[in-house]
Amino acid sequence: MTTTTPEAVEHPVRKNSPGAASGPRRRTGRIRRLGLPYLLLLPALILELLVHLVPMVIGIVMSFKELTQFYIRDWGTAPWSGFDNYRMSVDFDAPVGEALLHSFFVTVGFTLLSVGLCWLIGTAAAIFMQDTFRGRGLLRALFLVPYALPVYAAVITWVFMFQHDNGLVNHVLHDQLHLTDKPSFWLIGDNSFWALLTVSVWKGWPFAFLIVMAGLQNIPRELYEAAALDGAGVWQQIRRITLPSLRPVNQVLVLVLFLWTFNDFNTPYVLFGKAAPEAADLISVHIYQASFVTWNFGTGSAMSVLLLLFLLLVTGVYLAVTSRGRRAADV
Amino acid sequence: MRTIRAAAIGAVTLSLALAASACGGGSSNGGGSDSNPKTLTYWASNQGASIEIDKKVLQPELDKFQKQTGIKVKLEVVPWSDLLNRILTATTSGQGPDVLNIGNTWSASLQATGALLPWDAANFAKIGGKDRFVDAALGSTGAQGKDPAAVPLYSMAYALYYNKQIFADAGITKPPATWSELVADGKKIQAKGKQVIGAEGANVSENIHHVFVFAKQHGADFFTPEGKPDFTSDAAVAGVKQYVDLMAKDKVIPKGNAEYAQNQSVSDFAKGKTAMLLWQSAAANLKSQGLSESDYGIAPVPVQSGTPGTGTQVNSMVAGINLAVFKNSGNLDGATKFVKFMTSDAEQKILNTAYSSIPPVKGAQADAAFNNQANAVLKNTLAQSAAPLPQVADESQFETAVGTAVKELFADVAAGRTVTTESVKAKLQKAQQQMPTK
Repeated sequence: MTTTTPEAVEHPVRKNSPGAASGPRRRTGRIRRLGLPYLLLLPALILELLVHLVPMVIGIVMSFKELTQFYIRDWGTAPWSGFDNYRMSVDFDAPVGEALLHSFFVTVGFTLLSVGLCWLIGTAAAIFMQDTFRGRGLLRALFLVPYALPVYAAVITWVFMFQHDNGLVNHVLHDQLHLTDKPSFWLIGDNSFWALLTVSVWKGWPFAFLIVMAGLQNIPRELYEAAALDGAGVWQQIRRITLPSLRPVNQVLVLVLFLWTFNDFNTPYVLFGKAAPEAADLISVHIYQASFVTWNFGTGSAMSVLLLLFLLLVTGVYLAVTSRGRRAADV
Repeated sequence: MRTIRAAAIGAVTLSLALAASACGGGSSNGGGSDSNPKTLTYWASNQGASIEIDKKVLQPELDKFQKQTGIKVKLEVVPWSDLLNRILTATTSGQGPDVLNIGNTWSASLQATGALLPWDAANFAKIGGKDRFVDAALGSTGAQGKDPAAVPLYSMAYALYYNKQIFADAGITKPPATWSELVADGKKIQAKGKQVIGAEGANVSENIHHVFVFAKQHGADFFTPEGKPDFTSDAAVAGVKQYVDLMAKDKVIPKGNAEYAQNQSVSDFAKGKTAMLLWQSAAANLKSQGLSESDYGIAPVPVQSGTPGTGTQVNSMVAGINLAVFKNSGNLDGATKFVKFMTSDAEQKILNTAYSSIPPVKGAQADAAFNNQANAVLKNTLAQSAAPLPQVADESQFETAVGTAVKELFADVAAGRTVTTESVKAKLQKAQQQMPTK
């Protein structure tokens, strides 16, 4: 090893040829400097790999295996099945594929309605809550209750309310308001879709409310004052100032709501149990049933991978379209 | 600088060494080693009215076992909604309990995974031999021709529970013995403003237990002798339709029961809303809901005609709980000892009394405690007219597929749609197509 100090080496190099670094000492120094951030990130990266990527990769590997009850004890012995699980999942003429497609369409419809309503109600409430008035704090806190409740406790309460014989919903709709000819079934049959949507929106809109409320704090009051001076009404202020200013917030909010709602497992599972009614057969419960209840984990994994690809695609397209729009708007 | 670093390294080394030696000291004092393990983990199914009640029933017995053998049993009571998933997870990971309860209908499915210790002659010899157990219970411990995957622990059977007061008010002198009598009695009960009979229309397992019996009474099996699913035979369709028709055509099951899945029908019966209930070993459950044993009677489940027996006279599944040993257990010897303890005559009497079930062990069954009227009905049913659910590897999938089909049929009736032979057949056809092909 040389006895030169680092300063003595570095100074002349930097002075003479900044682009062509030479000498082992200089190189290790740079590697060390460049490497430090990665070294600090390493623990997080390892955890990320362990928590997120490893299960995903194992899931993808499983989807290429015939992993039924005969092999779950020792995965290694499960035979490779190539694309069989995928072929079965997307063969829409056969019952398994047909049921998956049906479940997919139900989920898409449910998600669009739920996200739309959550966003609409959340935004409207946030805008109404913008002005100070007596009791605003209390109302804000009250609005957030569904979001703060544990999912299971909240949804099981809805199960009781939706009961045919003694439920609150039928008591109000049928016994008191006489809106229906006879008490309706909410937890089985076609109405189950609307029951699921109601619970989902009830549970989801406070999040939209919270995020939009935070976003509204960033809009300068002067904009509204200037607009009011120019004679803009409330509706025009909302359309021309509030909504455009909320755009970046909404972009993330809608995406997050979409992903959460599309993947929601707890709500339908607590509401309907292991076998959801056809009208409310969301894809997450459907996949659960395909793997856990029929003990065919290979097919379940293949369906999960397809779901993952679909959500990746939607997210990618969504981000590309919305950010392009935003860049255009910025210019 | 250098001294500080040396000091730090020294301190760390010292503390590690201390920690390690402390651990070593602890385990050597405890006396645990692979050759002589002193603990077992036991997953019990939820047999009593609540998990807390189960712990109170089981803990004194486990203490007794510890006194006898020195082996400490760690108890976990697993709710039914989680049990099968927990077992599957344990199977997949190899990390599970040493001894566990399984629903006896899962025996063949779990046997196929290879996770459970097979009870061959040598293993049976360790617990006193196969002949100690009742044949009907042994019939539901795994596929035919294979060594059982578990041993019977509690036996149960379906019976017709009826409210004596409602029957008296309606002028019914004896419980119905056939389905047509049940429907006729239903008219008298409805005339008094009461509901006739309860059902758990949205509970997949309950549905399976009932349609299995109805199909049997029409002469159908859901699987061919080769183990292939056969859900759409005329007799199977007729059996399923007859059960659904109790709501659709005969109108003895209230339409509201189509969405029941949390034992609401038991509550309805306990509250005196419905006159009858088809349930397995319900006494303990009804007692916990405040219905006294003198208020209701127990009769065999009705048949098409004649008296209960074998073949088309079957009127219950062989219900019950089996005790299995996890093959990966690090304490196979202790686990076998525990099974021997739990299936001993003395323990069988205590446990089956607490859970109002019937001991599957001959020596215990003969005891006077199991000879009262309620237990006599259950015992006779088990001995003479109960059949095990299909003991095939795909049994678990069959329960889900056909149980869901019946749930959907009930939902159709509730929505006012008519249920025909064709619509029943179509639903069963769909269920059959969902079954594994390999």
